[in-house]
Amino acid sequence: MTAVDTTVIARPARRAGTRRSRERAAWGFVAPSLIAIGLFFAIPVFSALLLSLTDFDIYALADIGNVRFVGLQNYERLLGNPLFWTAMKNTGLFAVIGVPLSIITSLGAAVILNARVVKWRPLWRVMFFAPYVTTLVATAVLWNYLLHTRYGIINWAIQSLGLPAVDWLGQPSTSIPAILMFVVWKIFGYNMLIFLAVLQTVPDDLYEAARIDGAGPWKQFRHVTLPAIAPTLLLVSIISVAGFCQLFAEPYVMTQGGPAQSTVTVLYFMYEEGFKWWNLGSASAVAFVLFLCILAVTLVQLAVAKRMGAYE
Amino acid sequence: MRSRTVKAILLNLAVAFIALLVLFPLAWMVSVSFMSTGEAAVFPPPLLPKTWTLEHYRDLFLTQGMGRYLWNSFALATMATGLALAFTVPAGYAFAKLAFRGRDRVFKLLVAALVVPAQIGTLPLFLMLKQMGLVNTYAGALVPWLASIFGLFLVRQYALSIPDEMLEAARIDGASEGQIFRRVVLPTLQPIIVTLALFVFLGSWNDFLWPLIILTDQSNYTLPVALAALSREHVQDIEMMMAGAVITVAPVLILFLALQRYYIRGMLAGSVKG
Repeated sequence: MTAVDTTVIARPARRAGTRRSRERAAWGFVAPSLIAIGLFFAIPVFSALLLSLTDFDIYALADIGNVRFVGLQNYERLLGNPLFWTAMKNTGLFAVIGVPLSIITSLGAAVILNARVVKWRPLWRVMFFAPYVTTLVATAVLWNYLLHTRYGIINWAIQSLGLPAVDWLGQPSTSIPAILMFVVWKIFGYNMLIFLAVLQTVPDDLYEAARIDGAGPWKQFRHVTLPAIAPTLLLVSIISVAGFCQLFAEPYVMTQGGPAQSTVTVLYFMYEEGFKWWNLGSASAVAFVLFLCILAVTLVQLAVAKRMGAYE
Repeated sequence: MRSRTVKAILLNLAVAFIALLVLFPLAWMVSVSFMSTGEAAVFPPPLLPKTWTLEHYRDLFLTQGMGRYLWNSFALATMATGLALAFTVPAGYAFAKLAFRGRDRVFKLLVAALVVPAQIGTLPLFLMLKQMGLVNTYAGALVPWLASIFGLFLVRQYALSIPDEMLEAARIDGASEGQIFRRVVLPTLQPIIVTLALFVFLGSWNDFLWPLIILTDQSNYTLPVALAALSREHVQDIEMMMAGAVITVAPVLILFLALQRYYIRGMLAGSVKG
């Protein structure tokens, strides 16, 4: 589509491109994309801020004349809503447990796969990554059955060890760990590949030198591997925090936010507020609070990384 | 020397153990989808069907409208891929190789925009599309794929490596910018185009929140939306739900395995370079 448009624009410049015709061609190339980004990304994001300052609801949906500007009322009401705080707390829990858990899993798998003695490494690499590309909804449905209290394979394994069965998704104390098991299973391959790529850039000489100095596996990891992957670790943790703050389909499919609202995440709360109750103004406020939280955590992470970098 | 072999055995065992944890759920999903109704709801959970049956697949396609959902998913993912490529490939190339006024400023803005999660704009975008009458249409579902900043970056990053001499030579030969793009640039960009196409296809196929919001009529549901709805109605039908999950996952998994080189290379290029 675009290719056709741009050739039409570029055609008058048959002779070796003058500056102006080249400039016009360039705009022809970027215009469709920039217009789409402006129309379907930039404008919605800015309007979300405006929307969050209105009482846009189901009546406004029927007749736009019903919209009123309410200032910060949506935000005030949110801060007074216990379910919003529950959603914030749950999302925080997901991130605080999930981010380190997933990164440690990814890094552990990467270190193991990076060992020379492991056979068929390219094969394992692809296989460990495979869950990442699967459809989230489908594998969430699958895990619902793996986690089933009576017939689930996970409880079968637990009971074989002589422990009592766990009602994973049925009680508030285990619902978040249960969903996290699924999430880590699904995504660890992604960061594992990134870590593997970086680990392969660490020269073998460094490990050799450390070994000669008498460093064991842990010391080698601490003093050779960790410094080499530190920048990647920072990047990965920033992206992971953003990811774990945006969990939605997992609770939607597996628990519908239950039991006892223990898995209502901020995005799930926004969805219900916006598309179940049609409080679009209030839901936009939720989206903004979420964005500010992610931004704040990212800035803190960057600051901490700078600090630690300065100390070393 | 002996401690080396012990280490080798331990590491290989660890890998085998991880492989079991990773692959077992997927294998079990396939196995249960071929069991007859109620067979999986026993303790201990069975690993293989007593008799293999296709009844759930038949049931899904004949009475649950799975064919329709499969078609919706396939059509939307294909169109999203075509549109995303048409919009982002020329733009990514221009940002890398063509000088135009304000290029660097616009690019900096786009970089900054990357930190904004697209979900923030979900509600206004929905209202906007409602005004345009695009709710519950394919067009409405496709709109977010046109505005991919990430795709633009991916192409730009790759296009930076095209030598300027090659483009200059074509210009001296009298080729227009459009001709250069089609005859010189597109062939060199081929690997990254495959990667981007794969990303968009899988992304569209697996997407959930946006289709859930914008596709309100059941006949327009994509597989994930249909599967989520189905799972609420048929919680007890483990075998049928697993068949539905297999239908949903198999196409993307096969596509990924076939083109995994492109996928992984692009993924690493996108994340390592930021």
